[in-house]
Amino acid sequence: MKISMTVNGKEVAREVEDRRLLVDYLRQDLGLTGTHVGCDTSQCGACVVHVDGEPVKACTMLAADAEGAQVKTIEGMAGKDGTLHAIQAAFQEHHGLQCGFCTPGMIMSAAALLKENPKPNEHEIREYLDGNICRCTGYHNIVKAIMAASGQPVAIAAE
Amino acid sequence: MPKDSVIGTSTKRREDKRFITGRGQYTDDIVLKDQTYAAFARSDVAHGKIVSIDTSAAEAMPGVLAVFTGEDFAEVGGNPAGWLIHSRDGTPMTEPKRPVLAHGKVRHVGDAYAAVIAETAEQARDAAEAIDATIEELPAIVDLRQAASDTSNRVHDEVASNVCFDWGWIEDNRAAVDEAIKGAPHVTTLELRNNRLSPNPIEPRCSIGDFNPGTEDYTLYTTSQNPHLTRLLVCAFVMGIPENKLRVVAPDVGGGFGSKIYHYGEEALVLAAAKRIGRPVKWTCSRSEAFLTDAHGRDHVTKIELATDFDGNFIAVRTETFANLGAYLSNFATATPTFLHGTLMAGNYTVPNVYVNVKGVFTNTVPVDAYRGAGRPEATFSLERVIDKCARELGIDPIEIRRKNYIKPHQFPYTTPVALEYDTGDYDAVMDRLEAIADLSGFERRLNDSASRGKLRGLGISSYIEACGIAPSNLVGALGGRVGLYDAATVRVNATGTISVMVGAHSHGQSHETTFPQIVADRLGIDESKIEIVHGDTAKIPFGMGTYGSRSLAVCGSAVVRATEKIIAKAKLIAGHMMEAGDAEVDFEDGVFSVRGTNKNVPFGDVALKAYIPHDFPLDRIEPGLEETAFYDPANFTYPSGCYACEVEVDPGTGKVEVMSFAAADDFGNVINPMVVEGQVHGGIAQGIGQALMENAVYDENGQLLSASYMDYTMPRAYDVPMFKVDHSANTPCTHNPLGVKGCGEAGAIGSPPALVNAVIDALQRAGRSSVTHIDMPLTPSRVWDAIHNS
Amino acid sequence: MYNFEFQKPGSIEDAVAALRHEDAMPLGGGQTLLPTMKARLASPTRLVSLGGIPGMKGVSSSGDTLIVKGGTTHAIVAREAGGVFPGLAQLASHIGDAAVRSRGTIGGSLANNDPAACYPAAALGTGATIKTDRREIAADEFFQGMFSTALDEGEIITEVRFPIPQAANYQKFLQPASRFAMVGVFVARFADGVRVAVTGAGNDGVFRWSEAESALSSNFSADALAGLSVSADDMIADIHGSGAYRAHLVKELTGRAVLAAS
Repeated sequence: MKISMTVNGKEVAREVEDRRLLVDYLRQDLGLTGTHVGCDTSQCGACVVHVDGEPVKACTMLAADAEGAQVKTIEGMAGKDGTLHAIQAAFQEHHGLQCGFCTPGMIMSAAALLKENPKPNEHEIREYLDGNICRCTGYHNIVKAIMAASGQPVAIAAE
Repeated sequence: MPKDSVIGTSTKRREDKRFITGRGQYTDDIVLKDQTYAAFARSDVAHGKIVSIDTSAAEAMPGVLAVFTGEDFAEVGGNPAGWLIHSRDGTPMTEPKRPVLAHGKVRHVGDAYAAVIAETAEQARDAAEAIDATIEELPAIVDLRQAASDTSNRVHDEVASNVCFDWGWIEDNRAAVDEAIKGAPHVTTLELRNNRLSPNPIEPRCSIGDFNPGTEDYTLYTTSQNPHLTRLLVCAFVMGIPENKLRVVAPDVGGGFGSKIYHYGEEALVLAAAKRIGRPVKWTCSRSEAFLTDAHGRDHVTKIELATDFDGNFIAVRTETFANLGAYLSNFATATPTFLHGTLMAGNYTVPNVYVNVKGVFTNTVPVDAYRGAGRPEATFSLERVIDKCARELGIDPIEIRRKNYIKPHQFPYTTPVALEYDTGDYDAVMDRLEAIADLSGFERRLNDSASRGKLRGLGISSYIEACGIAPSNLVGALGGRVGLYDAATVRVNATGTISVMVGAHSHGQSHETTFPQIVADRLGIDESKIEIVHGDTAKIPFGMGTYGSRSLAVCGSAVVRATEKIIAKAKLIAGHMMEAGDAEVDFEDGVFSVRGTNKNVPFGDVALKAYIPHDFPLDRIEPGLEETAFYDPANFTYPSGCYACEVEVDPGTGKVEVMSFAAADDFGNVINPMVVEGQVHGGIAQGIGQALMENAVYDENGQLLSASYMDYTMPRAYDVPMFKVDHSANTPCTHNPLGVKGCGEAGAIGSPPALVNAVIDALQRAGRSSVTHIDMPLTPSRVWDAIHNS
Repeated sequence: MYNFEFQKPGSIEDAVAALRHEDAMPLGGGQTLLPTMKARLASPTRLVSLGGIPGMKGVSSSGDTLIVKGGTTHAIVAREAGGVFPGLAQLASHIGDAAVRSRGTIGGSLANNDPAACYPAAALGTGATIKTDRREIAADEFFQGMFSTALDEGEIITEVRFPIPQAANYQKFLQPASRFAMVGVFVARFADGVRVAVTGAGNDGVFRWSEAESALSSNFSADALAGLSVSADDMIADIHGSGAYRAHLVKELTGRAVLAAS
């Protein structure tokens, strides 16, 4: 079937099998390989993108069901001139990533959190990230990065 | 050294930009022209005889290009074990063949017995399901002790027993240890299980095989921590491909934690398939497949005894361990429960008598191998738990009993009764740091606060020492290692003064692209942004052994230093020529060469350019170019150590354990990039918390893996861990490598599980549950609640 | 997953017609169905997305009833139900994770009746009415054991009508890997009595704990539960916890819900 949607501000249309998952559509049909697949049970969050402004696990949505939607992936987060989004910059500044594989999903979830709650506290950040697994960082620096990206002091009592 | 050394500076990571913008390139992101896809038919029984495999239906399915079975690989070699272990009686371990595809028998759920290559991944999977295999189910061998004693039902029919080796370390110590324990005033005994873990890097494995019929060159793109080692294994042992005809590329790799050290059959399969069909073949592991095929970690059943006098002075340690090897020997599987475990059993302590016995046992489960820490977490957990139990029995404070038995600074170098020579350390100083950062003096106040909220608070302490920077080739060779464990680096100074450094270590989260340039920049006095690290491609890098065992910096980093020193020596020749002086008169400081006692000088960049424009070189004395390679083989292991403190709250109504604080004081020797080191510790602690509280790979009696997806295998989420307090200020530099570094990658995962379990036991003891002296990991709410209510 | 034919009808009538096809299945948010299909454990030949039907989303209230349309996502309920029925908003805000809540729908959750899902506890714990394209079903009749409901093949949940309690609370104890409920207890206090519904624990899926309901109806305090217990034999036992542990949690969490709702 033919589907069309807007991805990172660009209208795209492709012929796909009905069973095409959104994540495979992004990765394989559009070549947007920043969105990752880390599990097959909708748990790890490496595939989180935004569909019509809401965070979605792209491995658990059919591409066909995104017909006409506005989709944003990690590749669409920086400005057209390459300026990093505040969350991207904060992840680098605060060493919020190591192997980088969970990072796109983590950043997309963080962006969804800050849209909903611009000044989350540490507890709210940790709760909101419950659908994103990072195996490298122990989350410490991810939490710091999101605090920083929300314009809050990152000095945390524990340090 | 330049005045403003970049060593010890938290340089931000240059690798981040591609990852945070979605421009990383992991293996599954690679799409080769005309790429095809592989899928595997895998056993759904733990143990069975392959009676027949009918592939005709699969071959007729849409898009199918080829089907393979074990028969296709009957003539090629097996995937070998890298370490030969001898049993107590001197006999070598048994080494049954590990084939590319199961042949004759399937030996664990997930064991692949056939593979399909098709135009699309879904077509390959559809066809793999259509393979009609008749497999006669045999009784599953799952329980470790039973497997060890049962010789009639065997995982491998060609060997006499499921016991691969029965290893004693050190066998000559055995009688003295037995005697010491028999006569000791106090003996604390603990039986425990070190739980089986699934490593779970978030990137599943992926391999792409490519073959060029014109040149007969193979290329393997794969998720590997050590591309050269994979190439060696594939070429020399499994496939018989000439090593110069295989290029192995490990691009960005999404975490490894040990599980991507090893060569797996899928890598050989995609290479063989690419040759047969003449097109690239990709296999991407699903998470469900990963649980059934990635090497698991730990899985020990141990009895440990600690003999002391009544003042808590250690007299002897004796352990007996059954180590699960799984169905086949993975590459490091025999080293992990033996030399990476038994040699650490003296811990940080002066304990005169130590004897370790380990029986490596085959079972019908996924192969077990090194997982972050690899043997050392198992040793540390056993020892630090039994010390805690002993302290409680003797009424001695857990910190006091450790300090009382610590090796003291003046005793280094210190040779342990289990044959390691620790070079440096100051364990009391590290414990001092821990007491400060963990605010232990405030514990009583926090205890009361928890109690006011109905929670049981506990404090747990642990120490650890690890042998890492793996390792000196001569030592591992003497111990049965079949490979050398040096590493290598090539420093290429380009004509314009920028530098490319090709390294044998692979970075999959360890930040080498940032930290290795810091080392070179420090030595050459040039800006680190001019230095680029190249890794992960056997066509580009020298033969190094890769990344595991906290070895990258200590071993490969030292090779980088050595190669850089060679560059300086060569550059001095050139600079001397340029300044008309002998190279012995040339000094090099802050990136400038000068002639001693004169004002003649020439900057590094000019020398670099000169090296490639050698119009006036005395060619009998100076070769053109500025490129040097060094192989570095250390003189000893490195010995990071640390002291950890954990505070927990137990909810008595549910048994749920919450980690309230975690403090880690480590001695990593010199630190190149504190930000990176702290990040490594954070991640290690989180994995240790995972092991202690939630992670568990559980097989039922039929050999079915019950925790085979993220719906049942629990890993720490952001809300499961606190902010960590870390400190590495009490350091004693390593004495035998040029950087004075020890390694930091595994420490957190080694030191944290006993601290956490000690804390939970402490909480329950304080709450009057005096009969609860141990709970096996993971300390799930259900287990803790059972302990509270059945005590 | 196996291939199938995808349809996205624009009306309930068209959806019902599309679902008459053999082996057709409705697709709500797909947060359970798609992973099941990816594991090749379900193989519908036609998938009928309900996401394109106008009027299938939204939260409204009428008197003492909260009406949630069948296609309403958990995120919307979490955001919009709090004013009149905070206990339900709290429950919805802890289903899955944020990304799951963006897609998962109340109708999909109830129709699937996963024994560890949260919404069945709220529906049964309030005595909700499940309205479909053809009839209304009382919650007490709707849930018929694990993954089993009173729905006919192709019947679509169009809205759920929750009686708004005077006070309510949901206590969810996580199965830590899946983050479904290992045990979840929904306690709702109405003028005419208390209802207690338990998810995650029972061998037969969501159930009402009637002994607790009567005890709490006469004395709405955790103390009223002293002496009561549910049978461990009726509880799920798995690698995460025994039947006895779940039986204990049912009581423990009921007490905590009462305390929180008091």
